[in-house]
Amino acid sequence: MPELKYLLFLGCVIPYRISSYEISTRKVLDKLGIELVEMPEFNCCGFPLDPVNHEMMLTLAARNLCLAEQQNLNIMTLCNGCFGILNHVNKELKEDKKLKEKVNGYLKEIGMEFEGTITVKHLIHVLAQDIGFEKIKETVQKPLTQLRVAQHTGCHVVRPGKVVGFDDPENPTTLKNLIKVTGAKCLDYMDEMECCGAPIIGVNAEIPLQLAREKLDHIRAVGAQALITVCPFCHMMYDLNQSRIERTFNEKFRIPVLHYPQLLGLAMDISPDELALKDLRVDASELVNLL
Amino acid sequence: MAETEKKQEKEMEQKRVLKITDMDPKFKYEISKIPGAEKVMLCFQCGTCTADCPIARFDEFYRPRKLIRMTQLGLKDRLLSNDVIWLCSTCFTCIDHCPQDVGIASIIRALRNLSVRERDMPVVFKELASNILKTGYAYMIPGLRLKKREEQGLPTLPKANLESVAKLFDITGFSKTLEKEKT
Repeated sequence: MPELKYLLFLGCVIPYRISSYEISTRKVLDKLGIELVEMPEFNCCGFPLDPVNHEMMLTLAARNLCLAEQQNLNIMTLCNGCFGILNHVNKELKEDKKLKEKVNGYLKEIGMEFEGTITVKHLIHVLAQDIGFEKIKETVQKPLTQLRVAQHTGCHVVRPGKVVGFDDPENPTTLKNLIKVTGAKCLDYMDEMECCGAPIIGVNAEIPLQLAREKLDHIRAVGAQALITVCPFCHMMYDLNQSRIERTFNEKFRIPVLHYPQLLGLAMDISPDELALKDLRVDASELVNLL
Repeated sequence: MAETEKKQEKEMEQKRVLKITDMDPKFKYEISKIPGAEKVMLCFQCGTCTADCPIARFDEFYRPRKLIRMTQLGLKDRLLSNDVIWLCSTCFTCIDHCPQDVGIASIIRALRNLSVRERDMPVVFKELASNILKTGYAYMIPGLRLKKREEQGLPTLPKANLESVAKLFDITGFSKTLEKEKT
């Protein structure tokens, strides 16, 4: 297998409050022999500003793409939002000459030019497509056969289907298969593709909390011991906000929400501390005791 | 009490009545010039977007189908002043399911962009924009976090080129929009 090397696009939410995702990802990818290069410079991918100014988003995204082109490296994101935006803008600029001209007109002012030489991937694309299930299986030393978990793939890593062109947006199987590699059982549940609601929490908190409550309810109904996510935004809705959801709706869930690399790391027999399991808001120690 | 109720009812009734003078027949063309909103006229009101919308299930007023119809009818003022346009969570289910490939979420983004230019924006976006201008990151990452990164053996966070970021804010005209908000 050729050496795999990516420019890590961390995004804003992870360094702000979800470091456990970064810590576990670095540990797991190191075991898989993946080299991560830090961004030489960084600015927000642009996702949060698309609602208020589309061109602002385009230029912020394009600037990051240019930085990757200068490094001659493909980007790997951990966040569905960053992936969705960077991948969409990258593809649009590659395909739409007029748009490329316009954006390059802006970029010229900061001494940059978009050429279209790199691709954007999300962690699960890197794991499933570039590394491959076989190679991951080889690193599993302690299959998690005692665990029954549910997954939440999230939206922007599969939708819009026409733009992303990866997996089936109606019934994605990549994360399920990645879970199966760890030996854990992945349970099906109602409305698996329902959005976490996080993008509008700054405008209206009530709806996202209701959406997240419903998801946790469906997961509990099938008896899942944990929920597995691959996006810091989604994770925030189910982990960080779980106690708030419990208070608001007078319910008890206590469902631990793990980042996928934390689950894989446990199967690789990396210690829970090294995978920052203690940083999760919903206590996962009972889950760890099952192993 | 009864009087205010009556007044409210009357206001509601007035809102239900569409006057031809409220409609801007050119609005649909204005919107369809915005990238991503080109196909607004192709919507034949089947309602798939609304049926499959996770937000519409939890909000009484958010109906993507209705927003597209209002756009076609040119109810510009009602649309741009309506808070419901800010409820789309961009899950893109409507984009994937629309039989006419209308690109509903992109049209709603276009409506939001226009509303910001002509009116105002929810305060959260001003905060996000200000954070990006100050640090390059959408959130103000506390110093304690940065220190903790060191303790956890994580690499130093990449810094933003703030001069370049500010320039992009200027040349896209977004700085001006933000300035307008302040006054």
